[in-house]
Amino acid sequence: MATQQSRSAARLMMAPAVVLLLGWMLVPLIMTLYFSFKKYLPLRGDSLENGLQWVGFQNYIRFVSSSSFWPSVQTTLIIVGGVLVITVVLGVLLALLLDQPMWGQGVVRILVIAPFFVMPTVSGLVWKNMFMDPINGILAHTWRFFGAEPLQWLSQHSLESIVLIVSWQWLPFATLILLTAIQSLDSEQLEAAEMDGASSLKRFWFIILPHLSRAITIVILIQTIFLLSVFAEIFVTTAGAFGTKTLTYLIFQRVLESQNVGLGSAGGVYAIILANIVAIFLMRIVGKNLDA
Amino acid sequence: MGQITLQQVQKSFGDTEVIPPLDLTIEDGEFVVFVGPSGCGKSTLLRLIAGLEDVTAGTILIDGKDATNIPPAKRGLAMVFQSYALYPHMSVRKNIAFPMRMAKLDKAEQDRRIEQAAAALNLTDYLDRRPGQLSGGQRQRVAIGRAIVREPEAFLFDEPLSNLDAALRVGMRLEISELHNRLATTMIYVTHDQVEAMTMADKIVVLQSGIIEQVGSPLELYKTPRNRFVAGFIGSPKMNFVEGDEAVKHDAHAIGIRPEHIDVSPKGGTWSGTVGVAEHLGSDTFFHIHETGLAETLTVRAPGDVQFKHGDTIHLTPRADQIHRFDASGLRIS
Amino acid sequence: MARAVTTQRKTLNTVIAWGIGLLIFFPILWTILTSFKTEGQAIADPPLFLFFDWTLENYAVVQERSDYMRFLWNSVIIAGGSTLLGIIIAVPAAWSMAFVPSKRTKDILLWMLSTKMLPAVGVLYPIYLLFISLGLLDTRIGLTIVLMLINLPIIVWMLYTYFKEIPGEILEAARMDGASLKEEILYVLTPMAIPGIASTVLLNIILAWNEAFWTLNLTAANAAPLTAFIASYSSPEGLFFAKLSAASTMAIAPILILGWFSQKQLVRGLTFGAVK
Repeated sequence: MATQQSRSAARLMMAPAVVLLLGWMLVPLIMTLYFSFKKYLPLRGDSLENGLQWVGFQNYIRFVSSSSFWPSVQTTLIIVGGVLVITVVLGVLLALLLDQPMWGQGVVRILVIAPFFVMPTVSGLVWKNMFMDPINGILAHTWRFFGAEPLQWLSQHSLESIVLIVSWQWLPFATLILLTAIQSLDSEQLEAAEMDGASSLKRFWFIILPHLSRAITIVILIQTIFLLSVFAEIFVTTAGAFGTKTLTYLIFQRVLESQNVGLGSAGGVYAIILANIVAIFLMRIVGKNLDA
Repeated sequence: MGQITLQQVQKSFGDTEVIPPLDLTIEDGEFVVFVGPSGCGKSTLLRLIAGLEDVTAGTILIDGKDATNIPPAKRGLAMVFQSYALYPHMSVRKNIAFPMRMAKLDKAEQDRRIEQAAAALNLTDYLDRRPGQLSGGQRQRVAIGRAIVREPEAFLFDEPLSNLDAALRVGMRLEISELHNRLATTMIYVTHDQVEAMTMADKIVVLQSGIIEQVGSPLELYKTPRNRFVAGFIGSPKMNFVEGDEAVKHDAHAIGIRPEHIDVSPKGGTWSGTVGVAEHLGSDTFFHIHETGLAETLTVRAPGDVQFKHGDTIHLTPRADQIHRFDASGLRIS
Repeated sequence: MARAVTTQRKTLNTVIAWGIGLLIFFPILWTILTSFKTEGQAIADPPLFLFFDWTLENYAVVQERSDYMRFLWNSVIIAGGSTLLGIIIAVPAAWSMAFVPSKRTKDILLWMLSTKMLPAVGVLYPIYLLFISLGLLDTRIGLTIVLMLINLPIIVWMLYTYFKEIPGEILEAARMDGASLKEEILYVLTPMAIPGIASTVLLNIILAWNEAFWTLNLTAANAAPLTAFIASYSSPEGLFFAKLSAASTMAIAPILILGWFSQKQLVRGLTFGAVK
């Protein structure tokens, strides 16, 4: 609802953002699609100038049938699933705890949020060396203190280690959002339930949890988007070794390490499709919120 | 100075026509109130005049000049919004100065007009405060002050009192009326409250679904409503409507009689019924009467000292010269 | 109104919450402590908490050996530049969507969000090629542009949700008062939106500062920011915990401080306004 004049001004002012993002999305996307149907090995002399050989769906088939594909899917699922379960469950508990009256609430909040601000390369390296190092790491010291044999974290329990590191980074995110959601709960609802004779466990189950369901869904969807492309944490800890090669990492290796651009691009298309499936669900929730 | 003419003005949002083609003339210096239930298009009509919305078709003339495509700022109109729309980051003084600053008026003249407006609106002590530190009534005055200093051709008010509590509303109503008497500038005032319309207007425009139902002075509307809608909307408590045999006796599809035009007596009236709820206001008493065989409920306004209780039988006599007759399409039969 | 809580209960809450809070914060605390130790003390068993010879030597060594200041400068330029550029492009766009909404506004907003979800690895090589052909590889300007683009949807969204809270009537009042579009944005909208713009800036500096896919893959010696600087510590030679800690502390300190200021706005920004 506005005048013609303001509408045309609005279109003009929206143009730069729309055009830039459209270019940022379409140009590389079309190039990736194009490469995915081509044989493109820059190290063996293939180049855009000389023209690339059309190979149809060969890259797509080869990417899926390679021996590293299914393990990478499994690794991706374990990392995403593991981190989601840990962060959501602990996030809900932590949010409930932080919502309770206590001394120094603000400070505790800050302590809990802090890991989110640590850059991924730092948290990867700090955990790898100072905590998970089998000889000098804090965890090794702790295990020895209790008389146990220190674990070979990143080589023998590599997946669990990555899940631990990534969960540590994302727990603050889940906690913060769930805490915000809990605080938006109308306390009269809880008082009404208490008057109705609901125990605190029942109040949690029948009132708090349903109230949190939307926030939990949002946490899950947003984290999934980010977790699907976890990169730096693996890059600086195991570099994809010891069964920590995710789909993202596999594509990265195909493209930049073995310089098989066609194959990597086909993998990239798979990753884009996967991310879009998650994205559609997230968009529907966010979109609904726009109407409200 | 401030004559506004709408010629065949029409407005659609997409496919929905909110205002069918409409003609209206507002004379210079008039206080015109647009009144109607919510969603009747009265605010849209005001925004069309203001230039905040484009007309889909038709012409708006301000002082005889075509203003249809002139941007809002150039129309010489000032508007007071429902939410007051004060700039929260500016002091009262800066709020009032803003339109003059935009018009690049010289500083001395700005100060002169600010002092004048502030004195007139009792804002002198608050000029350096922020809107957030003011009460609702004070904010309302700042919004009016911001409008006054522009010395506009006409003032537009969009439900300006709806955010105030009842007591303040009565006070502000008086202040705006006094302002109009003093400035003698055209004012167009939108409200859904028929009491505001009746008390303030020189001319009332009753709207429903974007259509003008009737234009006239408050008393014209009260005495000779053009149709059942206007008859029911103007006046409080609402007019009683009776259909059926009783209406046929008067050669009409329906008759209307205002609560204040029915006399009550313990016996011997034209109609009779049982008292349901009796509301004692002191000056008046409203009786809601059932079992009259005429309508579900009849409302009657009686002097304050008339005593009937719940369940009493009551006799009613409508004043014959105050019965309004309507045909099947709801139009007045004169 | 809240009822009085027993002191016992409150004490229990406090103890548990502080315990968990410190546990979660411990890796950061430990890193900061270790950065002041000698390499020998850094790996001492049992670990040393506060009683060691505090030294600043590691910081000096890190700066000397790897020119920390250059990486820091790159991070500042890239994070700050991309945020500033993003704000300049996003403010008009968010204004349009918040105050002149059309039937397509919602679709455009959601589409912008969807570009954020494009997995970076899927378009790595095309961007790499484009960067080579445009001479942008390993330049600060190239990285600034990329980080601006990946964060632009978030900037537009955050500004949009903040602008939405400014009543349209105030802008209409300005229009009635004779303000031009430019004056309306400059004198009325921007001053009112300053808190929202500030928290958008803050969150985006944090996101850009910590971005670790494009910064690792599109830079080498010249434009590498702190993320890449730290990654260069991933192949260890001998004892180096203390130096790693010093480098890490320097890399995260600025953003930790910024982050603590912006924690309230964080939620809205990261959930695209879906949780407030």
